[in-house]
This record gives sequence, C-alpha cells and structure tokens, in this order.
Amino acid sequence: MEINLEDVFQQKIDDEIKIEPRDWMPEKYRKTLLRQISQHAHSEIVGMLPEGNWITRAPNLRRKVALLAKVQDEAGHGLYLYSAAETLGMSRDEMLDELHSGKAKYSSIFNYPTITWADMGAIGWLVDGAAIMNQVPLCRTSYGPYARAMVRVCKEESFHQRQGYEIMLTLCTRGTPEQKAMAQDALNRWWWPSIMMFGPNDDNSPNSAQSMKWKIKRFSNDELRQKFIDITVPQAELLGLTIPDKDLKWNEARGHYDFGPINWEEFYQVVAGNGPCNKQRLKARVDAWNKGEWVREAAVAFAEKRARKESGNIEAA
Amino acid sequence: MNNKEWPLWEVFIRAKQGLNHKHVGSLHAVDAQMAVENARDVYTRRMEGVSIWVVESKYIHANEPSEQEALFEPANDKIYRHPTFYVLPEELNHM
Ligand SMILES: [Fe+2]
Ligand SMILES: [Fe+2]
Repeated sequence: MEINLEDVFQQKIDDEIKIEPRDWMPEKYRKTLLRQISQHAHSEIVGMLPEGNWITRAPNLRRKVALLAKVQDEAGHGLYLYSAAETLGMSRDEMLDELHSGKAKYSSIFNYPTITWADMGAIGWLVDGAAIMNQVPLCRTSYGPYARAMVRVCKEESFHQRQGYEIMLTLCTRGTPEQKAMAQDALNRWWWPSIMMFGPNDDNSPNSAQSMKWKIKRFSNDELRQKFIDITVPQAELLGLTIPDKDLKWNEARGHYDFGPINWEEFYQVVAGNGPCNKQRLKARVDAWNKGEWVREAAVAFAEKRARKESGNIEAA
Repeated sequence: MNNKEWPLWEVFIRAKQGLNHKHVGSLHAVDAQMAVENARDVYTRRMEGVSIWVVESKYIHANEPSEQEALFEPANDKIYRHPTFYVLPEELNHM
C-alpha cells in the first residue's frame, strides 16, 4: 500500500505532534508559514520606528528606560522570528530584500504616525494588547520553531502592554485636563487601526480555513477581534475614556459587545502602501540597511584579521 | 543584495548553575566572540542565563527524520529496561 505523505502529515497535525524543520511538509504549508513568520518578523522590526520616535523625548527617566527596553524587546522579537523563518529555507538577506523592495508586507498599524506622548500609552495598551491576543494562540502553532519563538515573545509582551496602560492611567487620573484630552485623542486615532490588526472579516479571509486545518492558526480573525474588544472596553472605562464607536454596546444575548462597521477601504489603502507613513517607514529601514553596509563589511574584515592573528600565534608557538 | 551574509550560529543557554545548556534559537555573527555577545543581547535580556554556548550551525550533525523508526523503535519493546517489569512482593514497599 502506498503511503500518502500528505495524509501522514495531516495525521500528525491532528494528533498535536509538532512539525520540525527537517520533517516532510507540503510545499504550501512551508510557503504559508514562511510568509507569515517573515511578515511577523518585519512587523516587529518596523514596529520599532513609531515608538523610537519618542525615546529622546520621554517625559522622565522612568518612562525613557521603559520605552527603550520595550523597543529593544521588539528588535529581539524580530530576531527570534527571522531565525525561525530561516529554518524553512529562506536566507535572512532574502527576507530583508523582500522587505526593502516592498514585496513583503508588515502589519499596517505601523504606518500611522506617533504625534503625541499619549501615543506611547495607546500603542502599548492597544497595539501590544491586540498583538498579545494574536500571539498567545500562536504559542501552540503547529510548527515547532515558530511556537517556541512565540513563547519567548509572549513572556515579554505583558510588560509592553502594562507600561502603555500605565502611561494612559497617569495622563487620565493624575494629568491636567489637556493631558487627559491628549489621551482621549490618542485613543480616537489608534482604536480603529488596532481593531483592523486582526485582519479582514472571516468571509474575506480566503486562506484562513487552510491555516486552521494545519493548526497554524487556532482562532479566526473575527473571534480574536471580538475577544479583544470585550476585554478592552472595561479597560477604557477604567481610564474614563470613550471608545470612538457610537455603535459599541453590550449585547446581553450574545454575551459580547456589538460594534460598528470597520472602514475596510482604509485598511486596504494602507496595506496597498497609501497609509500616512508607509514611505517614511520603508525609507527608514532601507536607509538603516544601506548605511550599515560599511559596518557589516568592517565586522567581517575585523573577524578575518583576528582569525589570522590567532592562527599566526599558533604557528609561532 | 550581497552574498556576504554572516554565518548562522546556534545558541545554547544554561539557565542556572546545575542545569544543562539548552538550545534557544539562532543568530548571525561574524565569529564566535560576536556570536556570544549577540546571544547575550538577544537571548538573555531578563536573566535567562548564566552561561552561553554558541556553535556554528554548519557543524551540527543530525539524523535524518526518515531514520526515525530504525533508530528509535527498537527501544519500544524492551520493557525489561523499566523497573515495573519486575514483580516483587508488596511487603517490600519502596524499591
Ligand atoms: Fe513584539
Ligand atoms: Fe510588544
């Protein structure tokens, strides 16, 4: 009897056996994962830019060390994820090339500007909050290296959200009326883009079913979005802020909040490159890569020199 | 794109004295010294380790996943390697 590799593979998935780099896998599984993990990595790296914008202008040292540590964590997340993606057979340089050429996408939330200090609060609270909602189920994703990277990431994310919420709390409960207004303004601008972070509605998300079958994903976009809204509404109430959605209302029968229509036109515009900061973000990454060229070369030259010196010492001895 | 990508290294961390080094992930570095330094920044930002090993990935040798059965199945039916295979009187309590 002939064994169908694809059936054996699906059986492993169904039995919750993780797939490891050198195991047989369908080409489409490999490609789907490679796209998802590399885009996830790009999002962590580009995600440093909006917050990096405020490091030198943090209002005090406590806020500054926290923001610096958070941004450094995001760099780490990018690196864990790039190395997980590399196990699927694409080199780091190829992935970076795809980012820099605009071929690869990253989360469109990072194409919005950070115009006030309150944005640092709103990002930690909402953007990292939405990321956590997405990432926690990924700790059990079917591909071993991705799952392991996500366990590390999730351990670090909780501090990101808490420091953001603390910024909001300080502005709202101990700030001047102007500072509270600034917090409300940040919520107004970041709410809908955060809701969009979960991706298109389930009926417009054609690859979702396959990803669920392969247990790359465990919950659908709409399920996660609803969960995020249900958790976040009371958090906004605690701050005394108003979520910018007039249709937002507790639905006793569903046991969930109902919410208003999402502006998908805006979402697709930002994905297509027409968000407020797409060009600026990509340019910052490309410039960093190009300006780092001499550093990368110098590091290689220095390592070669050190190796020569060491082998010289051995010969002399 | 250039072809000067730095080599890949596998990183192993000892979480605390008394434990073995455990694989945590990989990174790129020009040489071993830089790999250790980078591993410190990437994998031990929260006191996750007291010791770091790095090995250039190309020096890791592994069995083929297809050899799984040939290598590991023979251990399956050797139940006499386990203590419960031996039937002893109850009075013996803890042995
Ligand atoms: Fe992150
Ligand atoms: Fe984060």
